Amino acid sequence: MNKTPETTETSENIKFMQGNDVCAQGALYAGVEFFAGYPITPSTEIAEQMAMQLPKHGGKFMQMEDEISSLCAIIGASLTGHKVMTATSGPGFSLMQEALGYAVMAEIPCVIVNVMRGGPSTGLPTHVGQGDVNQARYGVHGDHAIIALTASNHQDIFRMTVEAFNFAETYRTPVILLLDEMTGHLREKVVLPEPGAIPLVKRLRTAVSNGVDYHPYLPREDGRLPMSDFGEHHRYNVTGLYHDMWGFPSEDPKIVYGLIRHLFDKIENNIHQIARFRKYYLKDADILLISYGAAARSALHLVENRRRRGEKLGLLELQTLWPFPGEIIREACRNVKFTIVVEMNMGQVLEQVRLSVDTPEKIFLANRIDGELITPTDIRNIKRVIQGKGI
Amino acid sequence: MAVKDYIRQRFFPHMWCPGCGHGTILNALLRAVETLGLKKQDIVMVSGIGCSARISGYVDFHSMHTLHGRALAFATGVKMSKPELNVIVPMGDGDALAIGGNHFIHAARRNIEMTAIVMNNRIYGMTGGQFSPLSAHGSMGTTAPYGNIDHDFDVVELATAAGATFVARTTTYHVHELSDFIAQAISHKGFSVLEVLSQCPTHYGRRNRVGGAVDILKTYKNNTVRIGSDKKQENPDLIERGVFVKKELSEYCREYDRLIAREHREAE
Amino acid sequence: MKKKQYKGHKIERSWCKGCGICVEFCPKQVLELDAEGKVSVARPQDCICCKLCELRCPDLAIEVICTEPGTENGHE
Ligand SMILES: Cc1ncc(C[n+]2csc(CCOP(=O)(O)OP(=O)(O)O)c2C)c(N)n1
Ligand code: SF4
Ligand code: SF4
Ligand code: SF4
Repeated sequence: MNKTPETTETSENIKFMQGNDVCAQGALYAGVEFFAGYPITPSTEIAEQMAMQLPKHGGKFMQMEDEISSLCAIIGASLTGHKVMTATSGPGFSLMQEALGYAVMAEIPCVIVNVMRGGPSTGLPTHVGQGDVNQARYGVHGDHAIIALTASNHQDIFRMTVEAFNFAETYRTPVILLLDEMTGHLREKVVLPEPGAIPLVKRLRTAVSNGVDYHPYLPREDGRLPMSDFGEHHRYNVTGLYHDMWGFPSEDPKIVYGLIRHLFDKIENNIHQIARFRKYYLKDADILLISYGAAARSALHLVENRRRRGEKLGLLELQTLWPFPGEIIREACRNVKFTIVVEMNMGQVLEQVRLSVDTPEKIFLANRIDGELITPTDIRNIKRVIQGKGI
Repeated sequence: MAVKDYIRQRFFPHMWCPGCGHGTILNALLRAVETLGLKKQDIVMVSGIGCSARISGYVDFHSMHTLHGRALAFATGVKMSKPELNVIVPMGDGDALAIGGNHFIHAARRNIEMTAIVMNNRIYGMTGGQFSPLSAHGSMGTTAPYGNIDHDFDVVELATAAGATFVARTTTYHVHELSDFIAQAISHKGFSVLEVLSQCPTHYGRRNRVGGAVDILKTYKNNTVRIGSDKKQENPDLIERGVFVKKELSEYCREYDRLIAREHREAE
Repeated sequence: MKKKQYKGHKIERSWCKGCGICVEFCPKQVLELDAEGKVSVARPQDCICCKLCELRCPDLAIEVICTEPGTENGHE
């Protein structure tokens, strides 16, 4: 679908596989060394791939007793200096929220894939949904900031999986990759990038030598926090309590304030570095679609179809959902007649878009919440209603 | 190295109440580590949440203070990703066997080489004296104001049934035994469980009218016997102390290393 | 076998919380709590260097210094 510049196609690297397998391939490319998980539809294939591939690459796979322990285990493994990942779906993602908050607070790099299905509860295990966008942002109790990425096609699933690892290391934070049942199970072509084609961010380790005071929680000038692996000479404390620069619990209001600001700022202030998106025909568009994940496939289909008939539709496909790229959206919406947010939930991104623009009354929703993929026709029908043309 | 070289002295006096048994467990643990001659940087202590869990902040090892009940899950990731580390996991009774019960039995089943120490004061200390899954039937707690109608777990039987390959029990009164068992548990090549009866004078003692720290220690002295003692036959209510299980079984991390080696051989 | 020789108690007064465990279980009644409720060595001459007070103290507040038989300072 979208060729990324880093890929030259050869008979070797062209594959035809399902999105979950592509995600696993992306993780291996990024250097994942430890995966712990618990089977759940529609994400299980990622765990199965990891069980198969990791030992061959010198990494380790564990099937844990539940999703809680899966996330806890990868956090532990991250502290010994490894790149780590887990994968799940709605019910499992719900179970992970407490440990996710721990990873936020203790600033532990890790990647959590949520292949979304219909919810709430057990919901629709084998059907597509995009209902976990807000949970990714707000599922953890307490104020915090988070990075959540998504992708609509296999080339981008690969890329965003690698980006997820890169962001986790750069910002010392958990990163959520929100895929969905449709792209996860769809088989399509992907061109596996050559080693080195996508830059990888390595774990930033401290240069402080043995015997010299090391501060695991003191950001450098550029905001990054060099780590020291468990087992190396620096011994420090890791806790989910508010803590000082050595990692020891503190209730000092100044330290508490400083830490929560830091946790926000390191992500929100870098929104331009973190924002990933694709723009299709935006320059002269007078009707804008905003979409992401599986829904964006239908949106793109409609845009290309209508373009052939001279209608000026454009698509802004979001690949970074959190931190929410409000400025980019505001800019994109400025000169269009109206905007339709296309998603498979009750309007979770719609809400954010409306908050980001000057004219929220010109933002509309095209959604589907019945477990079926939203179609180009569904979107077109909404567009016609907005235009007063009737279906 | 002297015992005090293993602690972070700047945090002392510690936060535990006067006479809290958790301090004695810390004391014995440091002696065990000293006896074994372990290097501080080769030890990771992972704890959950509770009074007991605060132990990890006091030791000068790599330390992780995690979530209530999840210490073994975090520790599993640490151990599996760097098996050369000694991983010690002290837990409260609620921590280990209520909210963390599932992780407890599965860690035992896997036989992953870690040392689980259940600091059993038979009550939730940190939250102010609610009954725990190790509170005896009939005992009192703030959430069992009319007496506890739950039945308690026997940690030794539970750990044994779940597959732990080293299982022992002692008390904070029997301090020589305590540091000896901790040393044995750390040296064991598999999942080891040590239950330590530990007094909470503040909540358990007060609510159950068993007195202060000294009085509870006396009950540990008088109401426990070494395994196999004839006294147990005469008085079945006595609690046995000792090493109940010590057996060999393939250890999880080594098993995985063998799997990796096999895969590599086949790939060549 | 030669007996260990008692050299003294090293007490971290600020760490002692006066729980009385060391006092109660000293086999020779060497220890007492003072007016401030802190441990004090009342009868040092009776100490047999069993170190039970040191091992049982929940606050790591007591150290008993004894020389091992055949050595000068207890540390070989
Ligand atoms: C998920 C969660 N539930 C409840 C709590 C509250 N909590 C903190 S400590 C604790 C129990 C402590 O008792 P125990 O584990 O026996 O340890 P102790 O304090 O007695 O050493 C509870 C219920 C929590 N921190 N997290
Ligand atoms: S409340 Fe109980 S368990 Fe907690 S520190 Fe005090 S005595 Fe120890
Ligand atoms: S046992 Fe320790 S804390 Fe208690 S009275 Fe004796 S020295 Fe003080
Ligand atoms: S070493 Fe033994 S005899 Fe001496 S004071 Fe301590 S407990 Fe008493």
